[in-house]
Amino acid sequence: MARRDTLSVVLIGISGLLLAAAVFFTFTVPTAQRETGGDVQRIFYFHVGIAWVAGLALLVTFAASILYLARGEQRQHDIIAHASVEIGVVFGVMVIASGMLWARPVWNTWWTWDPRLTTTAISLFIYVAYLMLRGAIDDPQRRARFAAVYAIIGFASVPVTFFATRWWNTIHPDLFSQGDFPPLASPMKVAMFVSLFAFTLVYLVLLRARARVEQAADEVSLLKQNVLSS
Amino acid sequence: MRDYFRKAWAIVAKDLTTEVRSKDMLSSMGAFAALVIFVFAFAFDLRAARAAAIVAPGVLWVVIVFAGMLGLNRSLAAEFDRGSFDGLRLAPIDRSAIFVGKALGNFVFMSAVEAIVLPMLAATLNLPFLKPMILVAMLLGTIGFAGVGTLLATMAANTRLRDVLLPILMLPVALPAILAAVRVTAGALDDAPFELWGNWLGLLAAYDLVLGGLAVLTFEYILED
Repeated sequence: MARRDTLSVVLIGISGLLLAAAVFFTFTVPTAQRETGGDVQRIFYFHVGIAWVAGLALLVTFAASILYLARGEQRQHDIIAHASVEIGVVFGVMVIASGMLWARPVWNTWWTWDPRLTTTAISLFIYVAYLMLRGAIDDPQRRARFAAVYAIIGFASVPVTFFATRWWNTIHPDLFSQGDFPPLASPMKVAMFVSLFAFTLVYLVLLRARARVEQAADEVSLLKQNVLSS
Repeated sequence: MRDYFRKAWAIVAKDLTTEVRSKDMLSSMGAFAALVIFVFAFAFDLRAARAAAIVAPGVLWVVIVFAGMLGLNRSLAAEFDRGSFDGLRLAPIDRSAIFVGKALGNFVFMSAVEAIVLPMLAATLNLPFLKPMILVAMLLGTIGFAGVGTLLATMAANTRLRDVLLPILMLPVALPAILAAVRVTAGALDDAPFELWGNWLGLLAAYDLVLGGLAVLTFEYILED
């Protein structure tokens, strides 16, 4: 069963180099103006990369769950949906933690009920509920089907939550529109995109590794059954 | 189409008859709702001048949501405890008709509890809760809640954790509906101009359409076995 996974090794190598580059840029790019927190702003390069992965994981789970129900319940779609949620939980916690570290000096509070913060927190709760649901069902087929249904219902509600909370009030800096915060200078953009790319690769490495663990577990249980029945 | 609703109605009628004879759900939901209002009255400090008006919309919806989840759990646990759900599953009807029937029944039970809760809150908090827009918000909120709740409660009833799981599955998904319903209730209660909170009514309707539609579509996957 010990297969070498060349693609994973290559991906780990590249993502390692990119992460090192992202760290380098993060600490060498000229720091932002005072209103975005001076040196504290450097956490932004990691924050955006992590947030992107957390959102991507959500989208992948949503898509894989639809595929699971629509394409005759193939195990691979279930594996990807499940693996993506697990990565999403880790990255979701990291987005919130890194955001809090920045928010405390700049907003003068750890937390506020801004749409993005609320939406991130709610997505995290949905991820956790998804994992609890999986944990509470023993039959693998039913587990996969229920999880897919919950992923579709849960993640369809996330954009509604976003719009709902946006009608309140937003103070979160927006990268795509001009607000109270100055636009990014070009070296800062380079640093951001290197970090985005690095974290996307990290996500792919983790997803692949997690999926392989699940496949190996499937093989083990199959072998066990064969031994027991022979 | 008429046939479809006749079949769904048969399920509603069955639930209503059971309820009229046992009075299990309404008594427990009603007593629970009354107790929550009672506890809220002591948990909140209402010394400030407008304190009651400020907390009232939130109290109303927390009571509805909690009592609703209690009823949803009971409604589906009863089906699975005595194996009557297998009977429903075997019935020669569309799977979504089962869902529509159960959801409609839950909608009726929740509405009945709301009819008790609203005057109770109006009396204890001394606020004019009987406004048309608040009733519209309760109608839309209850539709969404009963729809998504029936799907999730069916799921929860089929797991090892049973009814413990429902709030964990339900609350994050119901959040936008709760938020919008509270906003509409607050706006109507304050007699604020409709433009200030009218869009929340739209959001509530959109929630019902999107999440309710998805619940109807995905319910059949919960029943397959």
